Amino acid sequence: MTKVTLNGLTSRPSQVWGGVRLVPLIREEPIEDLRLDARLYDADAGVVTVDPRTVYCSYIPHGYVATWADDGAPAAAYGTQLRDAADRDRAPRRMPLRFHRRMARRLDKNRLRFLPLHVALEGYLALHFGGPTFAWKEWSREAIRRGLSPRAEEAYTGGAVRGLADALRVFEIYPGQCGVLVYAADALAAAFVVPHPADYRALHPTLIHDLYGELIYHYAMLGGPVPAFGARVDDTAVRSLGDLRAAARAQRDEWAAFHEDVMAGGLLDGDYTREYVQEVGPYRLSRLMPSFERHRENHLGELIDDDAGRLAYLKTFRLSENQVRRGHLLTRLAAGDWSLSTTAAAMGVTEPELVRRIEAAGFGYLLRQDVRDHYRARARGDAARRGR
Amino acid sequence: MARAETSADLIAAEDVLLFVNAAITSTGQREFHSGADEQSLSLDFLHEYVLGNYRDLYAATLALDVNDHNAVLIARNLLVTAAEASAEQRRAEGRLIARRLALLPPQRVYGLFRRLRRARVNNRRTRAIMRDWLAARPDPAFDAVKYRAAVKDAVRHAHLAPAGELGPFLFTPHRPAAYRTPILETWRRAHYEQAAMYDLPYTVAEGFAARHGVPRGAFLERVAPRLTRLERLRLQESARGLGAEAVRADLGTMPLTRLASYVLGLSLEDRRNRRDELTAALRTAARRAAGEDAGRWGTVAAVLDDSFSAYGSGQKRRRPLAVALACHFLLEALAAEYTPLWLSGRADALSVRPYGPTPLGERILDALELGTARLVIVSDGWDNAPPGLAGEVLRIWRTRLDPSRACAIVHLNPVYDAADFDVRRLAPTVPTAGVRDAENLVALVELAQFAEGRTGLPELRAHLARRVEDFLREGP
Repeated sequence: MTKVTLNGLTSRPSQVWGGVRLVPLIREEPIEDLRLDARLYDADAGVVTVDPRTVYCSYIPHGYVATWADDGAPAAAYGTQLRDAADRDRAPRRMPLRFHRRMARRLDKNRLRFLPLHVALEGYLALHFGGPTFAWKEWSREAIRRGLSPRAEEAYTGGAVRGLADALRVFEIYPGQCGVLVYAADALAAAFVVPHPADYRALHPTLIHDLYGELIYHYAMLGGPVPAFGARVDDTAVRSLGDLRAAARAQRDEWAAFHEDVMAGGLLDGDYTREYVQEVGPYRLSRLMPSFERHRENHLGELIDDDAGRLAYLKTFRLSENQVRRGHLLTRLAAGDWSLSTTAAAMGVTEPELVRRIEAAGFGYLLRQDVRDHYRARARGDAARRGR
Repeated sequence: MARAETSADLIAAEDVLLFVNAAITSTGQREFHSGADEQSLSLDFLHEYVLGNYRDLYAATLALDVNDHNAVLIARNLLVTAAEASAEQRRAEGRLIARRLALLPPQRVYGLFRRLRRARVNNRRTRAIMRDWLAARPDPAFDAVKYRAAVKDAVRHAHLAPAGELGPFLFTPHRPAAYRTPILETWRRAHYEQAAMYDLPYTVAEGFAARHGVPRGAFLERVAPRLTRLERLRLQESARGLGAEAVRADLGTMPLTRLASYVLGLSLEDRRNRRDELTAALRTAARRAAGEDAGRWGTVAAVLDDSFSAYGSGQKRRRPLAVALACHFLLEALAAEYTPLWLSGRADALSVRPYGPTPLGERILDALELGTARLVIVSDGWDNAPPGLAGEVLRIWRTRLDPSRACAIVHLNPVYDAADFDVRRLAPTVPTAGVRDAENLVALVELAQFAEGRTGLPELRAHLARRVEDFLREGP
């Protein structure tokens, strides 16, 4: 179990637009030797090109659509990937995309963009849950062979989240800004951190193509405008301009502390399971799995940090309550080595009850049909006996 | 006889000042924070509200520096509702409208006439105003060529009989075999002869060039002598890209804010290479705008907004930043000793660009520490790093640190906030005025200081009456 920390980053005053609050994260020193993959930089993004002599490692964010291989077809990067100098010309692990004619025409330039909607999230979930690792007889052959099949999760693009597009448009990017925390109705929707300000400038508009859970969608739709946390200076203590300046500075520090302790608390205090995926140079890429504890914030994510624990890259997705419940079930199954009896005993429920939950969570197809029928019949029998 | 101040009077005074701010800044176009629809909806509401409640004050604002867009709206609304006014009001309004129309660019006035036609407003006063304005035009034949459709509409709407060859030209243009008026004859020939079109106004010649298939570069090169001053400024850069070097604007004669917009439209590299030329042009324009006040303002500090929101919008590109840059040069000319403080911390005014947050509070603190006699803040008022700090700093400065008002502070705001029906204010103790052209800075600052205490309706009426009198006296 580990925590997520915003090492090397400080929060600056939030910028509010309607119900959306964006909190900029500033890096005192940008990380120069880990940069967005050079192929993603492109003339119409209007960013400085990366000097190949100084950059040894690069990264490709998950769901990034670009023309990677020589065949010229657009493909989405599958899972965030770290690469060193030797990998530069190798195409990343990717998913080919099929577009309708009209869509393909719009995508013909190598523009910065993320995958639309479901594909990215399904990719996420499939990455995080490989499916049963033990071939207990109850699991269907499909589940053993393929793992969890891609399933459409409820998620919305940033464009559908009310007010987010305008909030991103009028947001004033700080010099040296390397990240942002997105809040809808003051619920943390996503955290996004990159190593370098130039990367951030290139990726800032892509936040609108990103995914947000249904919770965020509904909060933004139903919540009213959020307060701006305006500065308040106690004028009785001010005798000179120096005092006033000190009070102004205190306001800024207070906000940063308040933000990291309270507002981002759900993200920073949570316990995460880290799965190390890759290590390149001093940087480690890992996947974050939340605790799936119910009734609290649960963020899925990917992060890159270095030996010194400095956070280089972070991208999170907030799960909705339903998704947390499903995730909780899957983690319990995984903890019980995917054995129904062990898991049921650990959870303190009967086996038919567990199967009913698996079915209710939409994972029924993982179990063999005859097993499901058997448990259903048993449950009916129990109910009939109770009724008598 | 002194009249007791009632709260209704105070509200009336506030309403009118608010309307004046809106009428100076808003053009119904998209801004950084609000769309064009919101802007014009909000502006239309204000117009109707002030017209309905304070008709005489509404008409009097024509004498102030309201922008052309609003001047046209005011004139139109007054004419549309002429039936609601008394005979005396109508007479006063008629004089104000006629005087204002004489100052407006002709295309705006023709636009107004066409809007009146569309709104089916054809009362006697409207016809008289149209007749008098058209009669005062220096060259009716030139107007008929340049604004053909609009002149035709106006003549038809006001029941006028165009003199001489204009009638046939407007209504049966291709019937006469030749015209005796030179410009009409040139226009006829330009249909067949390429060389003739270069003697026509640029906007008309442009249409003929497309018809004859003349390449743009060659066309601009030859039409250069016919360009107006502002057309030259607008076309200079694109003409240079096409190799038409003849299109050269004389930067020394340009108005200050337009010039600032032009400078900000250039790339940073161009600005560096032409630094001496551009600085000299901006200084000349600023000295001209400062007039006899140059050097008389003592020590001045300015906080100038170059945050990302100073970009404005696609329709008003870099307008807030251009106003700030123009104010910078104007204040430099006005002050004996001047310190500019850009929000980004940049020292070189010529290389400003809209980027970064708006830490107004901290920069105002920096400015107050200088201890100058005046402080001018040019910003759209979206203080966000942290929000509200500027208001707190100004409040505490006024109430505790400088209660004797040794430092005169004024906030000029180039952006109309559609949601609040006013320009955004920083603090109640600091006067805020809308600004469209930096050239009006001197008048606005004087006015703002006069308005620093709460102005009652009688003072405001007196002030407006004085302005109206001056405005009408300046006329022919």
